[in-house]
Amino acid sequence: MNLKELYQEIILDHGKNPRNLRKTENFNKDAKGHNPLCGDKVHVYLKLNENKKVEDISFEGQGCAISMASASIMTDLVRGKEEKEVKEIVNDFLEMIKEKNQLNNKILHEDEKTKLMCLSGVKNYPMRVKCATLSWHTLTSAINNSQEEINSETD
Amino acid sequence: MNIQNIKKEFPIFKNKVQNNDLVYLDSANSSQKPLVVVDRIYDFYTKEFSNVGRSVHYLAVAATNLYENTRISVQKYINAKEKEEIVFTKGATEAINLVASSFGQKYLKEGDEVLISELEHHSNYVPWHYLRKSKGIKIEFAEINKNGEISLEEVEKKITSKTKIIALTHLSNVTGAILPIKQITEFAHSKGIPVLVDGCQSAPHMKLDMQELGCDFYAISCHKMYGPTGLGILYAKKKWLEELPPYQGGGGMIGEVKKSGITYGDLPNKYEAGTMATAQVIAFNESIKFINEIGIKNIENHEEELIRYGEEVLRKNNSVKLIGSPKKRGAVLSFTIDGIHPHDIATILDEDGVAIRAGHHCCQILHDKLDLTASARASIGVYNTKDDFDKLNSSINKCKKIFNSK
Ligand SMILES: Cc1ncc(COP(=O)(O)O)c(C=O)c1O
Repeated sequence: MNLKELYQEIILDHGKNPRNLRKTENFNKDAKGHNPLCGDKVHVYLKLNENKKVEDISFEGQGCAISMASASIMTDLVRGKEEKEVKEIVNDFLEMIKEKNQLNNKILHEDEKTKLMCLSGVKNYPMRVKCATLSWHTLTSAINNSQEEINSETD
Repeated sequence: MNIQNIKKEFPIFKNKVQNNDLVYLDSANSSQKPLVVVDRIYDFYTKEFSNVGRSVHYLAVAATNLYENTRISVQKYINAKEKEEIVFTKGATEAINLVASSFGQKYLKEGDEVLISELEHHSNYVPWHYLRKSKGIKIEFAEINKNGEISLEEVEKKITSKTKIIALTHLSNVTGAILPIKQITEFAHSKGIPVLVDGCQSAPHMKLDMQELGCDFYAISCHKMYGPTGLGILYAKKKWLEELPPYQGGGGMIGEVKKSGITYGDLPNKYEAGTMATAQVIAFNESIKFINEIGIKNIENHEEELIRYGEEVLRKNNSVKLIGSPKKRGAVLSFTIDGIHPHDIATILDEDGVAIRAGHHCCQILHDKLDLTASARASIGVYNTKDDFDKLNSSINKCKKIFNSK
């Protein structure tokens, strides 16, 4: 295990100063997520335009550095992407964080992937994987318009 | 009492945890186990195993005696009047569920009130919530004062003519406050209201005397008391155990079973349906012996000094904020650090072998009240030393360094 790998500068930076931590005006999709184990909460807001492109994405919530950084980086990376692409990025990220050690999608640029890979350190901390994935599952739920609140315990 | 020697009784401290000496500050969650307890489980299964209370062969009789011996030890440990007042359960959670279910079934109806407090663990709220759903009872909350305590006056204020039972923790697993149970019970009884006490956090740390406390029900968690998991104890005054309906039905709890009807067994069998956690019960006798050999008063003194030291150390560390400042503090210290989430604290401390708990500690009502989603908690047992708090403090400083270094 390596703390430096977990708490990389990008993570600490995004954890302390999360981007897009606000509520999108005129959002047309949203979902809530909750980790009952630690009480962390997140609410993701999306505004898709008529071409199903993410015009804006934002989140509100409270949580540890890992979960805030994850949500912050996520919102930065999916803005401007099409709904289909967002789903692909989400799946790729979830696979990366759980088993694979790489990102395979062809949507993100290399520097974006490098940023996202900063979160891969949580793999060595099984209890913390849920912190990193909560906002991503919540984003999926928002896109699918599912009314159920994401409960990271069901991971 | 030499604490270094006592630590040697716990095999877990002989091994490194991820290359570190273990600094175990999570005993409020569950305590470590002395070798005598572990050995007792092994010996029972390898040399003496049989089910209890059913067969007449040698091993069955011997096992039954061992099982009942623990009941007598518990009776003495908490100064209950009779051994029949001790019921084994799978945990304190089940003990409270038993009372809520059986008491609720017989005595609670729509509009009745159950008084609990904002300090309660979920296991002393959710079982009452079930009755709110099924019977339409109301749950009232005694509120904490600025020190994180529940005062007698606050409880008195919240009692109404509809209050049918009061259920309170003896020692908060978050703020460390010790509630004035004796005084609360006296007042409640003057109004004819029974009192249940969640004694999970008090039982391992302070002298218990059911005659002095006077409460009607007392729930204990054995795994927090240097004992095995899967075991808890419900103390209940005999009159309640006689009056209340059984909790679960099955073998061992019956008197006579006919197609036309059933009678229930004598106390405490009436409440111990099915095959119980036999090995755990038998091994728990060793936990009580272990505590008695050190002396609960000695444990109290050692832990009181230690927690005062811990509090001092953390108070000196600016940026650490303690949760609650009770006049008399039990064996827990909860805290937050500005700008660092408790989960991050716990992960970083863990790297140094310092095991604490982070989260809401099954007390979401309290965390909501304090406007927190989570906190960090250091809690002690008989094996902890001042050195553990020094290590905690230096790991906390490491956390601060990681998070300040941009
Ligand atoms: C105050 C309190 N009540 C109840 C419980 C539940 O005890 P058990 O694990 O024996 O069910 C705990 C332990 O988590 C506790 O700290």
